[in-house]
Amino acid sequence: MIDGTPDLLLNATGVAKHYGAVVALRSASLAVRPGEVHALMGANGAGKSTLVKILSGGVHADHGTIDVRGRPFAARSPAEARRGGIVSVYQEPSLVPDLDVRSNLRLTQTPPEAVRHWLAELGLPELDLASFARDLPLASLRIIDLARALAMEPDILMLDEMTAALPANLTERVLEVIGRRRGTDRSVIFISHRLIEIGAVCDRATVLREGSTVGVVDVTAGSEDRIVALMLGDIVRGGMVVPAEESPIAARAADAVSRLTARNLTVGTKLSDVTFDLYPGEVLGVVALEGQGQDELFDILSGSERPSGGELLVDGVGRSFRHPADAIRAGLVYVPADRAEALLMQRSVRENIALPFTARFGAWGPIDLRDERRKVNGAIATLQIDTRAAREVRRLSGGNQQKVTIARWVAGGVRTMLCFDPTRGIDIGTKQQIYQLLRDLAAAGAAVLLYTSELKEIQLACDRAIVIFGGRIVAEIAVADADEATLLRAAYDLRPEELMPEEIASAAVAVEAADGGPGSPP
Amino acid sequence: MSASIETTPRGRTALAEVAVAWARRNTWTLGLIGLLVVFLSLTKLIQPNYGAPGIQGLAISILPIAFAAVAQAIVVMSGGIDLSVGPMMALASVTSAVLMKGQTELVAIPIVLGVLVLGLAVGAINGGLVVVTRVPDIVVTLAMSFVWAGAALLILNTPGGGAAPWLMAMISGPLGNPWIPKALILLAVIVAVVWIPLRRSTLGLSLYAIGSHPLAAFRSGVPVGRTKILAYALTGFFSALGGLALTASAGVGAPVPGSYTLQSIAAIVLGGVSLAGGRGGLLGPIIAVIVLALVRTDLTFIGVDPNWGTAIQGAILIGVVMFGSVLAMRKVRA
Repeated sequence: MIDGTPDLLLNATGVAKHYGAVVALRSASLAVRPGEVHALMGANGAGKSTLVKILSGGVHADHGTIDVRGRPFAARSPAEARRGGIVSVYQEPSLVPDLDVRSNLRLTQTPPEAVRHWLAELGLPELDLASFARDLPLASLRIIDLARALAMEPDILMLDEMTAALPANLTERVLEVIGRRRGTDRSVIFISHRLIEIGAVCDRATVLREGSTVGVVDVTAGSEDRIVALMLGDIVRGGMVVPAEESPIAARAADAVSRLTARNLTVGTKLSDVTFDLYPGEVLGVVALEGQGQDELFDILSGSERPSGGELLVDGVGRSFRHPADAIRAGLVYVPADRAEALLMQRSVRENIALPFTARFGAWGPIDLRDERRKVNGAIATLQIDTRAAREVRRLSGGNQQKVTIARWVAGGVRTMLCFDPTRGIDIGTKQQIYQLLRDLAAAGAAVLLYTSELKEIQLACDRAIVIFGGRIVAEIAVADADEATLLRAAYDLRPEELMPEEIASAAVAVEAADGGPGSPP
Repeated sequence: MSASIETTPRGRTALAEVAVAWARRNTWTLGLIGLLVVFLSLTKLIQPNYGAPGIQGLAISILPIAFAAVAQAIVVMSGGIDLSVGPMMALASVTSAVLMKGQTELVAIPIVLGVLVLGLAVGAINGGLVVVTRVPDIVVTLAMSFVWAGAALLILNTPGGGAAPWLMAMISGPLGNPWIPKALILLAVIVAVVWIPLRRSTLGLSLYAIGSHPLAAFRSGVPVGRTKILAYALTGFFSALGGLALTASAGVGAPVPGSYTLQSIAAIVLGGVSLAGGRGGLLGPIIAVIVLALVRTDLTFIGVDPNWGTAIQGAILIGVVMFGSVLAMRKVRA
């Protein structure tokens, strides 16, 4: 089979993968030339991570052909992928924490001298190979991962969001080293949420949408818009924007006392300076790409984690939560994306719903069964939970389980609800019911904070949205303007151009004037 | 050449550096050695005529539990646990005793080797079940502990059988100096011969790697399943050695040898092996076994009710481990 394309280093065509009835990858193709840095792009759920797993040997494809240097590639483990010519650097470090760096290198049979060379190139020449991986800072671990991968001299180096945890100066070194691979006979597959990085080092970009490759773009100045357009597909052109729901309560939110106020919340390097208000009667959407600090934000608000800086006000009073029970007492209740985190899977629907209001310390002792039944029945009716399998929550469908996680809080009366991607992986009908429920809660005076990974939910359920990127709020968007294209651009931190130059210029002038200006005599 | 002149001082500093590095990485083991010295002095203080015979008796009595602790340490460091260590010892003990009874000394040699192979196989079965069925290790090995215990009783339902005289001679008495018991030397030699080459190989690294972070190990190219089966096989091997030690010290096979499984877990915890996997060594658990045995002897010497004795042993275990983690936390903060 020498009829293919010999000038391609990697040629994947028609790659498909499904898990049961769920199609993760329909028909993806990826063609990488020797000596190019190739970006792989796609919105959440486009199949990007499945393709990455197939190429790195974590998952085996159902259909399709993959060739590396003309040889068929079918890896069942990262070790086999490496032998086939592909080495991956993952989003999180893959060094064994209880081994020192040298032993970690020995584990992958990587020559330490070569790793030293690359460490020096990447800006870590001083690193002590005898230090334990668990004692090293995250950024160093990422650099070691990359140096180790480079030292293996793979045909194709695949970098999956590896710059996400790096400080700016190291990111620069990484991009520089990657850029130098151009024009050699080896290639890089580069995956990043940061379009600036794509523009800086990539030659071409393959865009995935809904499990299929929808385009290959030459990366040049201004190609970001084409990439985003491809990721979105019809949505940009098609008029499926739902008219913003007029909410009278939201309209007068501005002069109401805010239910929840975050002031300069900071968690290490994950979240910085996050400030927003959440008013009674509104649903505030939170939009972010994966891992931009939204997890930390919700952990703080629900009392699971304490901020390293900033303050939190509930009804105008400063609060600091030591425990989720403190947050619940202050009226902040949390609905996580992972239902297993919230539910007692082996217990009944009834017990699950009743737990939050019977689990208070003062309420030890006999449970008021009549009161409990009334509240629980009310919540089941409100949420239309299918109770045919009510004896064990784990036997309910995903959608019904999610309803139970919400019902737990609704039964006791909701003041502020924090929802973290509550519709992840549930059917469309239940999704609609949950949007309606959130609207109803808001109409009844509750405040709802809703993080969602599905951008179209913002216009279906929210009054306005804030966008987080790299741990900071980068935009606040009214629901009328919050179409998917706008949100996605904001989530990638692509700003409307007209904001930037004048503001920076005027700020610079102001600084100069304050310094006394050049040449002004004392 | 002049190189040879330079080598000596440089070699010595390198040696010192290695020693310092070892001490820094093995503070827990060093602390245990200190604790051992304390308890040895205490023993001498309580019973002034405690001497070479006492040490020899101690060495013989700890040999089975020391092998059990080594067995448990290996599987726990690789991220698992084996609740069938005691029953595997029983199986090895009765198998060897029944086969050796009435046999010549020469025939006993292949029997001993065969029992060791049996240990490897039994351990590999445990490991294989854990890997293939994906049932939690604690469940699989608990279930298998019933199987191996039953098998041991089927082979021999009361203590009996025999042991080759050379086997018994291997662990009793001193080696040259009366202060150096044969049992201790045997333990040291066997553990060193098996463990040191392994520890230095990629295979040994892989054992620690799958215990520390299975996903990172997988991504580094470690065959996680196979390595885990190997860890359990080694546990079976050392359990078999423990069983042979039981037969050799009693002269008969022991179908129901006592609570070696839980004692082995106590010893490795005191010995600095993390139950979460990935950390620890074999020296620590062995010293911990000796310390725990000394505590028991001392309490008997001063006439404490044996039932109180076990309670005090438990309290010491919690106290030492807590003290250790408090020190570790201080170190992190500093």
